[in-house]
Amino acid sequence: MSPGPDFAALKKDFPILATERHGKPLVFLDSAASSQRPTQVLDAMDYSYNNAYANVHRGVYGLAEAATNAYESARLKVARFIGAPDSSEIIFTKNATESLNLVAASWGRANLGPSDAIVLTVMEHHANIVPWQMLQAEKGFEIRWIPLGDDGKLDLSNIDTLLDGAKLLSFATMSNVLGTINPVEQLVKAARKAGAVVCLDACQSVPHMPTNVADMDADFVAFSGHKMLGPSGIGVLWGRMELLEAMPPFLGGGGMISHVTTEGFMPDAVPSKFEAGTPPIVEAVGLGAAIDYLEAIGMENIRQHEIELTAYAQRTLKEKLGDAITIHGPSEPSERGGVLSIELQGVHAHDISQVLDSHGVAVRPGHHCAKPLMQELGVNATARASFYLYNDTSDVDALADALAEALSFFAI
Amino acid sequence: MSDLEDLYREIILDHYRSPRNSGELEPPAHKAEGFNPLCGDEIVVYLLLGDDGTISDIKIGGQGCSISQSSASMMSAAVKGKTPEQARELMTSFKGLMSIAEKGEELAEPTPAEIRELGDLAALRGVVKFPTRIKCATLGWNTLDEALTAVAEGT
Repeated sequence: MSPGPDFAALKKDFPILATERHGKPLVFLDSAASSQRPTQVLDAMDYSYNNAYANVHRGVYGLAEAATNAYESARLKVARFIGAPDSSEIIFTKNATESLNLVAASWGRANLGPSDAIVLTVMEHHANIVPWQMLQAEKGFEIRWIPLGDDGKLDLSNIDTLLDGAKLLSFATMSNVLGTINPVEQLVKAARKAGAVVCLDACQSVPHMPTNVADMDADFVAFSGHKMLGPSGIGVLWGRMELLEAMPPFLGGGGMISHVTTEGFMPDAVPSKFEAGTPPIVEAVGLGAAIDYLEAIGMENIRQHEIELTAYAQRTLKEKLGDAITIHGPSEPSERGGVLSIELQGVHAHDISQVLDSHGVAVRPGHHCAKPLMQELGVNATARASFYLYNDTSDVDALADALAEALSFFAI
Repeated sequence: MSDLEDLYREIILDHYRSPRNSGELEPPAHKAEGFNPLCGDEIVVYLLLGDDGTISDIKIGGQGCSISQSSASMMSAAVKGKTPEQARELMTSFKGLMSIAEKGEELAEPTPAEIRELGDLAALRGVVKFPTRIKCATLGWNTLDEALTAVAEGT
């Protein structure tokens, strides 16, 4: 076996990680919200704007062709990266939120009526709740919820009853609050048995572990570029071709039609049908470069690095803060991602984050756009530290020291 | 003094640890709820007006960070015994301290007299250096504003 990648050396690829906050080196622990990006991604985007930029799918001049090729080669990279059988099944969107809205507004509006039911979980991000609630207000279907069980995992004891007669199961592959990696195989099997379509919010898992949509056997998979070293402004929806072909368009405009008259329009083929207007061209190039970077390190290696870092963090934080700290989510590092939602006795999450910021440590306070889950947990805010490939044990040590400071600062 | 010490002055931590007027009031007291959608913090203001038209009792419920909790605690102590108009004047001074102007009005720095009137609340002036926390400091006041409106409308 060849030696694993040198994770300690990766930090130098990320210019922002060499900056300081309040005179202290930046310790960036908010990658679950948005990751940082390496110079390789920034250079690829720079090159594109400086040498190969024009609108895509329009011009016949060489520059437009070069831009189109770059945009379409990013689509190929994404398809290969997630094991999509056909690159036409990759739809570029603005972000995962738009991807999920696309599924709700197009597939949902065409397929859900008053006598139908869909199933979500209580640990969903608002992006996988609100689009369905918006459609529910229009169509009047039932939304059923898979509850939370022990140790930050879903309670699947009633899964067959919940899925009985349901048309759709939509859930997060990994919780953005608890880090819980949900049992995709088990859930998809149960959904298939019930004849439900499966939509996955894979925002938190695609950047951090190998993904193969064919193996997952889902129908839709949504994720964002900015959480996986890519730029903001680009997201992905993968969908099964037969479903995408049967679905009505999402947004209307240029680029998504094959023919328009004063009487009406004919939509173009998939994926153009779902990409109205000028798409995120250079963002796609940046996402392609991010995928190159991730693949060079290897997704298995990244996953292993984050399991080790999570285990180190669980151990270090407990040692340093004892009973004063609660870390939500599964206790076993192999069952979770590097997302630690922290409560500190007597110190509100906002105050934790404020003190941490003064030490250069960036974590996120609040409800993390998952209010139903927070209600279930009985907390109104946590401070969330999340890891990525550029984090190491020194970042965890800085977190532990700053948390200890916050505790003593607010101690009663 | 570091920015952090300026933000978390001892008086603020004192109100956070021992909030004044914490609790609930039964009807006919008026109740208003305020939420900070960014962090999920919530504040409930219970307000009772006496026969003389002044705020005879006020209680604060809900949960939140040290800034939102201490600001609401200080606010409750400051407005007790005041008329709704006086309470609103105090709110305008406090928002001035937080660099927030009332709708349609110029931003006015509070005068020294107004700052004296604010009492303990003036300790929150360090918040202004932390723009995301201004919402925490004003959550209680905005909720009080709603409660006062409810009182005026008799709802």
